[in-house]
Amino acid sequence: MNRRTLIGWATSVVALGLTSGAYAEEPPIKIGMSMPQTGGLAGGGKPSLLGIEIWRDDINAKGGLLGRKVELVVYDDKSSASETPALYAKLIDVDKVDLLFAPYATVPTAPILPLVKQRGLLLMGNFSFQVNSKVHHDMWFNNAPWGPADSWASGFLTLGQKAGGKNMALLSADQEFAQNLAKTARDVAKKLNIPIVYDQSYPPSTAEFSSIIRAVDAAKPDIIFVASYPPDSAGIMRAVNEIGVGDNVKIFGGAMVGLQFASVMENMGSLLNGVVNYNTWLPEPSMYFDGTKDFFEKYNKRAVAAKVDPLGYYIAPYGYAMGQMIEQAVNATKSLDQKGIAKYLHEHTMKTIVGPITYAEDGEWKQSATLEAQFRGIKDKNMDQFRQQGKQVILFPDNLKTGELVAPFEAARK
Amino acid sequence: MFSIELLRDAVVLGVLLGCFYAAVSLGLSISFGLLDVPHVAHPAFLVLASYAVYWLNDSYEIDPLLAGLIISPVFFVLGMITYRIYHETFEKRGSDAAVRGIAFFFGVAFIIEVLIILQFGVDQQSVNASYIGKAWRFGDLRIPVRQLVAFGVALVLTGGLATYLSKTFMGRAIRAVAQDEEGLRLMGANPVRIKQVAFGIATAVLGLAGALLIIIAPVDPTLDRVYIGRTFCVVVMAGLGSISGTLLASIILGVAESIVLTMFGASWAPAISFTLLLAVLAVRPQGLLGR
Repeated sequence: MNRRTLIGWATSVVALGLTSGAYAEEPPIKIGMSMPQTGGLAGGGKPSLLGIEIWRDDINAKGGLLGRKVELVVYDDKSSASETPALYAKLIDVDKVDLLFAPYATVPTAPILPLVKQRGLLLMGNFSFQVNSKVHHDMWFNNAPWGPADSWASGFLTLGQKAGGKNMALLSADQEFAQNLAKTARDVAKKLNIPIVYDQSYPPSTAEFSSIIRAVDAAKPDIIFVASYPPDSAGIMRAVNEIGVGDNVKIFGGAMVGLQFASVMENMGSLLNGVVNYNTWLPEPSMYFDGTKDFFEKYNKRAVAAKVDPLGYYIAPYGYAMGQMIEQAVNATKSLDQKGIAKYLHEHTMKTIVGPITYAEDGEWKQSATLEAQFRGIKDKNMDQFRQQGKQVILFPDNLKTGELVAPFEAARK
Repeated sequence: MFSIELLRDAVVLGVLLGCFYAAVSLGLSISFGLLDVPHVAHPAFLVLASYAVYWLNDSYEIDPLLAGLIISPVFFVLGMITYRIYHETFEKRGSDAAVRGIAFFFGVAFIIEVLIILQFGVDQQSVNASYIGKAWRFGDLRIPVRQLVAFGVALVLTGGLATYLSKTFMGRAIRAVAQDEEGLRLMGANPVRIKQVAFGIATAVLGLAGALLIIIAPVDPTLDRVYIGRTFCVVVMAGLGSISGTLLASIILGVAESIVLTMFGASWAPAISFTLLLAVLAVRPQGLLGR
């Protein structure tokens, strides 16, 4: 064998080795999303992303999806609705991701749904509220326990009515999420024959709530339903504590975003006592399913390093559950065909760490699992107390209930 | 819904709210009102001061107001450095410095926001003090003590700054540089040095103002966006550079906002500040107490 032939053989062997290696290493499955990592929604966006990352690491440790590794392509949308359309166009056209997850919250999600519908793509929603009610996209699956639109307000108002409430005040932030909720609260109040004696929307730039709470107090409501966003909820609670809302109030709270976050709860401390507010997961006995405990063990270890909500109850397990649903649908259909995945998600009940999930035709959960829970026995400056059972007693829905409402509000605060 | 009691409460709470607005606007009254620096990063420095107060309160249990006083010298130096960079890179290079300066200060604001997020995370933070969460009762009127604290501090700050600017040599020099920079230069003084000190004072005031901000409500890294319009509105309505005008404009704004929030509907409140601004400028183009 002369030298030229030897080099020829060697080159062929190396080329063959490289080619067969390339076949063995399939490209990863790319899941694209934007997520609020700065701005007002980052307090929810960061734990949500951590929940999704824990699922990615778990699935990759098991060998990936369809034998391929899962890779996340994530951009910071700065909590802004004006950022998301361009970011999702980039994810679809430039990054060419295989699947799309929505950003956390209603406001950044609303503008991308028409785009996704136009492209005929599947979108896993991430704690939006009623964004598909007008778009009617049949490949939208909202990963949030809200269920039917009116279930959120009806749980709270029914509790208030049972406690003897005969009229109500409605205070809501002047933005899409809170306004959607306020609208359903008005509809439910009408159905339950509860007259509304105060109905105001406050602008998101409101710095101080004392004057507003004074006006609510003057209207003498029995039930006070508040739909607020994180920066405002703490301000409202402070003003309620200082100005008061009157002895006749039976129930206060409802839809205050922010009172689920560890830092806000720790800062508010005893001011939270008596408030009945929505939640999505709590360390109560009725809330544990297969894998829930394992998830929180992993989350607790990573949350400190990632500087995200150390409790992570509100949204992080739903990030993981979103991955679990995709995992089940992709494994069952053995493909990444989005129509096939959507069909599977519509027709089956998925097993997740937040419980079984079945979708209605509009892409929302068929049955609501939105909790209304009452803060009890909360002390100041103590984060760990929120890990204990009984600090947020679940009053609604009945299948997850762990206690009864303590009313009136002033008595429950003591 | 109208009652005399409700109107009385709205006015009282509005005066207190107005004094808080004055405290957070005084620094801008110097930097923008007197020095003509387009300091759109003013609210970002305010939020930065709040986080510094939070850190001292959380780590060493120092009272927020005392923490505000402690950080003021640090903010004085920070302000001097910021102005020097602005002057060297923008102000001395041409007549369109103000326009390009806006871009500079927007950049500074974003950098501050990101630094806060990296250090403290994105969550809301608040402080502990005996006067937070309590209210004083006067008959059936309840007044949050934290707002009374803001009221007192705002009055002291306004009085102190007004006295400093009118009675001391450096204060009068700052007023002089605002009126005729070239004249001051011809007299052998260094206007850049005077402006640097003035900008330092404007930033030092934010130490206490930041303490008030976190006493009034929890803060998050993006809170500066809420205050940018409001503080500029107060300073322009007051009359550029008028310290007592800043207090007056803030109280008018606070009372108007409070009455609207209480009696007419919260949705109208954002329009109040700019409606008042337009009304004042239509009648007095130089602002309430401007010359």
